[in-house]
Amino acid sequence: MGGIASSTPTEAPRPPIADAFGMSPMRRKRRSWFGVPKPLGRRNALSLTILSFILPLLAWSAVSYVPFLWHPLIQVSDPGAVDYLQPGMRVDRETFATEVAAAKEAGTAPPQGIPSNPVYLPAPHEVAAAFWTAITTRPTFGDAIPLPQSLWHSIQIIFWGFTISSILGVPLGVFCGTSPVFARIVEPFIEFVRYMPAPAFGALMVAILGIYDGPKIAIIIIGTFFQQVLVIANTTRRVDGMLIEAALTLGARNLRLVRRVIVPAVLPQLYRDQRILLGWAWTYLIVAELIGTSSGITFFITQQARYQHFENVYAAILIIGIVGSATDIVLALIGRRLFPWAKEEA
Amino acid sequence: MTALPDTAYHHQSDAVQARFARIKARDVALRVQGLGKVFRTPKGGETIALRGIDIETHRREFLCVVGPSGCGKSTFVRILAGLETASSGTVFVDGQPVNGPGADRGMVFQGYTLFPWLSVLRNVMFGLEENGESRRTAAREAREWLSLVGLEFFADSYPHQLSGGMKQRVAIARALATRPRILLMDEPFSALDAQSRARMQAYLIEIWKKIDITIVFITHDLDEAVFLADRILVLSAHPGEIAELIEVPVSRPRSQGQMLEREFRATRARLDALIHPPDDEDDVKPAAIKPSIVTRLVAHGDEVE
Repeated sequence: MGGIASSTPTEAPRPPIADAFGMSPMRRKRRSWFGVPKPLGRRNALSLTILSFILPLLAWSAVSYVPFLWHPLIQVSDPGAVDYLQPGMRVDRETFATEVAAAKEAGTAPPQGIPSNPVYLPAPHEVAAAFWTAITTRPTFGDAIPLPQSLWHSIQIIFWGFTISSILGVPLGVFCGTSPVFARIVEPFIEFVRYMPAPAFGALMVAILGIYDGPKIAIIIIGTFFQQVLVIANTTRRVDGMLIEAALTLGARNLRLVRRVIVPAVLPQLYRDQRILLGWAWTYLIVAELIGTSSGITFFITQQARYQHFENVYAAILIIGIVGSATDIVLALIGRRLFPWAKEEA
Repeated sequence: MTALPDTAYHHQSDAVQARFARIKARDVALRVQGLGKVFRTPKGGETIALRGIDIETHRREFLCVVGPSGCGKSTFVRILAGLETASSGTVFVDGQPVNGPGADRGMVFQGYTLFPWLSVLRNVMFGLEENGESRRTAAREAREWLSLVGLEFFADSYPHQLSGGMKQRVAIARALATRPRILLMDEPFSALDAQSRARMQAYLIEIWKKIDITIVFITHDLDEAVFLADRILVLSAHPGEIAELIEVPVSRPRSQGQMLEREFRATRARLDALIHPPDDEDDVKPAAIKPSIVTRLVAHGDEVE
């Protein structure tokens, strides 16, 4: 920096450092894909959403339709002279090759077949067809119930389980969130029970409530309620303290404070919590429906699996996914209408 | 500008003197006696936030509280509001000791504390309903308060549809609706831009003129304090004690033009001297920064200054 003092303004030699930094600023543009991004445009967001479904579908199609991808088995089309082979049977490649070699050696007709995947991985078009058949026609074998009816039964179980759990759990959670004393009395025990897996209560519930819908609803309640109290309590605790202080200076106290300020203030977040909890309730469904007499969509799935109609199994699982996310999307849209001041929350 | 003597802010015109005499003849609205607040730190130590605060304000007085950051001015107003308890001393409003928040003290906060799920009208009605008014009476009175702050046409809007200044006007209407004796304001305009703030100051004075209210106004903006206040309570930091209680010699009615007047500048200079003492360690003068800290990265003859 001696150059600053000694150089004259007219003929100023640039210090070398100026060439390194001052004259050539760091112009390289580097885009960051992670971190706090700009919100995606509506269009981009939608196409990415569609892509997120198309990618797994593409992978599934590739495995199903490209013969040299995976396809570990041979589906027999003509058994030839081999006794134990039947048309439609799937045998692994080595067994098939041995049989073909043996037939050639013996001079008998070799078996013929095409590469195939195991029976538990049907191709997309088979599932699509099964999906359509399942929702439009009645199954023809056994004591099967049509899928829509099974699904409707399942939805009722979820509805009652979740409603009863919410009637008890939401107020309890709100009180825990607003009163430290109440929280200390209630939460440790609930935290303790939360770690007990809900299905463990299955046999007990059957003994108490019989073998029909009672114990199934009870399992949904047990699975939801304890999480619900803790989640709702935590959300309630995050209420904006300034709003409570403002309400206090305006004269609001106790239950009126809870009802008129705290609950409305956290309502958008409570609503979002309930959406997430409803998703959890669905995850308890399958276990719940296996208790007592098997029923609902689970009965459909287990029965179809027993007959090795795996395309129907996939169709039923898909339907659960569709019903679940459709419910969530509808609830999200309703939430945006209900809480216009908290768009990003609900 | 000519240099002012240090004591110039003591000089009051006859009109200003007469006005202070009139204020002092009124009843005492707020009396604070020996107020102290000690916070316990997590490590078991103690921090003295406030110590030995004694002050009286009279009815319809406008008191501003200023002080360096950490002087406990927010704690002070929160104790007055009843949102925090004092460690020692007592606060009296109209002779009655204060115990917890109450409708005799309205409060306007620094952040926006309107209830976002209620319309503007319902926000203003809130305190009235909480204090037992019927919904109909509350609605009628709330409309009157809204027209006082000039927002009667926004009664059915929601807070997220209003600008920052409008939100604070609604907050003022909401705090005034329960007819408190004292309006406590904790840096209510600090989140606003400069133009909105100036407008809000003028609004506040207009409102204050029209109703029987004593205002305690916390601010860190010294011009704002001089512009608004009858008296300014200056607190010092660590611990928060009264540094000085200044009677503002600027005449009323106030206008932004008065900022260039001798009284205004003198008061402002005094506040500066109290709050930013010359040996303040944070107050590093630009000249004190050695030029060699930053390597020169530009060519000679390309100077900006």
